[in-house]
Amino acid sequence: MIYRETGQFKTTYASDQQLFPILQDRIFVVGFLVFAFGVMPFIGSEYLFRAILVPFLILSLAAIGLNILVGYCGQVSLGTGAFMAIGAYSAYNLAVRIPDLNLIVIFLLAGMFSTIVGALFGIPSLRIKGFYLAVATLAAQFFVDWLFARVKWFTNDSSSGNVSAPPLELFGYGIDSPAQRYLFVLAFVCVFALVARNLVRGAIGRSWMATRDMDVAAEVIGIRPMMAKLSAFAVSSFIVGVAGALWAFVYLGSWEPLAFDVNRSFQLLFMVIIGGLGSILGSFLGAAFIVILPLMLNQLPGWLGIPLSTAMISHIEFMVFGALIVFFLIVEPRGLARLWAVGKEKLRLWPFPH
Amino acid sequence: MNAATSRNLTIAFFVLLAAGALSPMVVGSTKFPQWLEVVLGGLMSGVLYSLVAIGLVLIFKASGVFNFAQGAMVLFAALSLVRLMEKMPFLVALAVTIAIMVGVAWLIERLVLRKLVNQDPIVLFMATLGIAYFLDGLGQTVWGSDIYTLHVGMPKEPKILFENTFEGGILVSMEDVYAAVIAAALVALLALFFQKTSTGRALRAVADDHQAAQSIGIPLNRIWVIVWSVAGLVALVAGVIWGSKLGVQFSLQLVALKALPVVILGGFTSIPGAIIGGLIIGLGEKISEVYLGPMLGGGIENWFAYVLALVFLLFRPEGLFGERHIDRV
Repeated sequence: MIYRETGQFKTTYASDQQLFPILQDRIFVVGFLVFAFGVMPFIGSEYLFRAILVPFLILSLAAIGLNILVGYCGQVSLGTGAFMAIGAYSAYNLAVRIPDLNLIVIFLLAGMFSTIVGALFGIPSLRIKGFYLAVATLAAQFFVDWLFARVKWFTNDSSSGNVSAPPLELFGYGIDSPAQRYLFVLAFVCVFALVARNLVRGAIGRSWMATRDMDVAAEVIGIRPMMAKLSAFAVSSFIVGVAGALWAFVYLGSWEPLAFDVNRSFQLLFMVIIGGLGSILGSFLGAAFIVILPLMLNQLPGWLGIPLSTAMISHIEFMVFGALIVFFLIVEPRGLARLWAVGKEKLRLWPFPH
Repeated sequence: MNAATSRNLTIAFFVLLAAGALSPMVVGSTKFPQWLEVVLGGLMSGVLYSLVAIGLVLIFKASGVFNFAQGAMVLFAALSLVRLMEKMPFLVALAVTIAIMVGVAWLIERLVLRKLVNQDPIVLFMATLGIAYFLDGLGQTVWGSDIYTLHVGMPKEPKILFENTFEGGILVSMEDVYAAVIAAALVALLALFFQKTSTGRALRAVADDHQAAQSIGIPLNRIWVIVWSVAGLVALVAGVIWGSKLGVQFSLQLVALKALPVVILGGFTSIPGAIIGGLIIGLGEKISEVYLGPMLGGGIENWFAYVLALVFLLFRPEGLFGERHIDRV
């Protein structure tokens, strides 16, 4: 009853094409952001920031990046972890070699490096499609894994291959407490989500979607497949690269190449599938699901009073993940975002059935 | 790129590959017997990659599903066998494992594939990713996650051949030779099954055209169960051979990932492609690791196969023997 757009007339093109055309949506989003920025830092516990919110936000960002490539442009990638790694290690090298660089500049430059490599590995997509391409992106994954594990220059000759991020500092202020880290990541995620949301509804996003739906037909109607595919790879790897840098600097602090192995790529792919292919909101929902599920699974046996070893829990986690993915694909191939949309549609009509 | 350029580039690719494989001998960094050992070692591991790849190709041909779970099936089959062998004699354990793999195939068809008929291939692919995770978890939950040694009576000690021809002879692992023989027998058996039995003919019909096959009365669901069972059995054979070589452990699953460049190199729809692709990948990987690896810091085995396949795809996107893909709007 509250959620109804009756009487909201659009009198200008601008108001018709705005990001959230329905007033209630706008109020909700603004309210949510005010809560996230203004209230959350004061009421959240350290555990909440450290274990849930920060990883959730960073992985959402990476999922948005991957969703642009897989969900919007239809190019399946199993190499997301590699692009995160490139972001992380470029940020590390920039921070170590140019100590005075601003943190935001470091992250954006890290994204640029990731973009370059991403576009490079995107070139095969012009020739090969579908599964062939998915396997080809694995080449990026394994090559990058090897590169950072073996070439000592990238890890600044650290003997163990482990590297640590320098202390985070922005305009003279340290970013140390969990709440500060949360705010820092949140700001990044909001900006990039906004950019991504606008990109996908603009001309470039439409060219991606046309390419996804049928690339030959898209070419026939005048979309340049090279531009569409390479720009999707570039934008996607930029966002994923920034997410990788954030993951390494803000969440992990110190890391080794294993942090970005092929399992990370799969994890992100699962987020995108469960959340919803071709949906920015879905990236958030999927990330939330994948971050919270293992925590729940860890707690559950304790609540039920069944003692289980950690190894057993991790195996069961695998099973639950696998089963859930199949379940989602069968029940709702378009993911949690679709369920959300259906719910909203129902809410508009409530209390009437039609 | 037209067909002729593609063919010429393919030939050039193989000439280069052969030149690369022969070069260590030409520049004199190695002697012929040592080189031959490396080549044989590469070919043997190539045979094992082929075994996993054949399972992938079988399923892809019959149901159009790119089965990412093949590696997980290898691990699951090997784990089941090794744990069952602790409790019962080998042949009984083998029979029970076969029954388990058929059961898995039936469940996959019943619970997953049947519900996803007519979905995009990419959705089916992702479903097999889910199956892979599930099988990994299930295998380790039920059977445990330690490293198990598997003894199925394959000789472990290497043998020296051609002692009279070359100085020092060639060191060959008899285990690898057995593996190659088993793999060859399996391939021959599969070929017979596909060519001579009516089920095999039905499988080929389904592979050609689902709808046409269904319209002449071939039961799709049963065919899928059969094909996944066969893939499960191939996975079992691969699991036994890999398992007795490396021990049954979680990393078997990662070895199976190597089958992916093999199938894209050979072409998704071709069993000969899977075999030849496997040999090329195995050979290329071993030679590059032994002769190129030290220059690059070692460990290049992990990515060389993928990069090799990627480069090859650039001028031959359908792989070596794959069907040329024609897009229609």
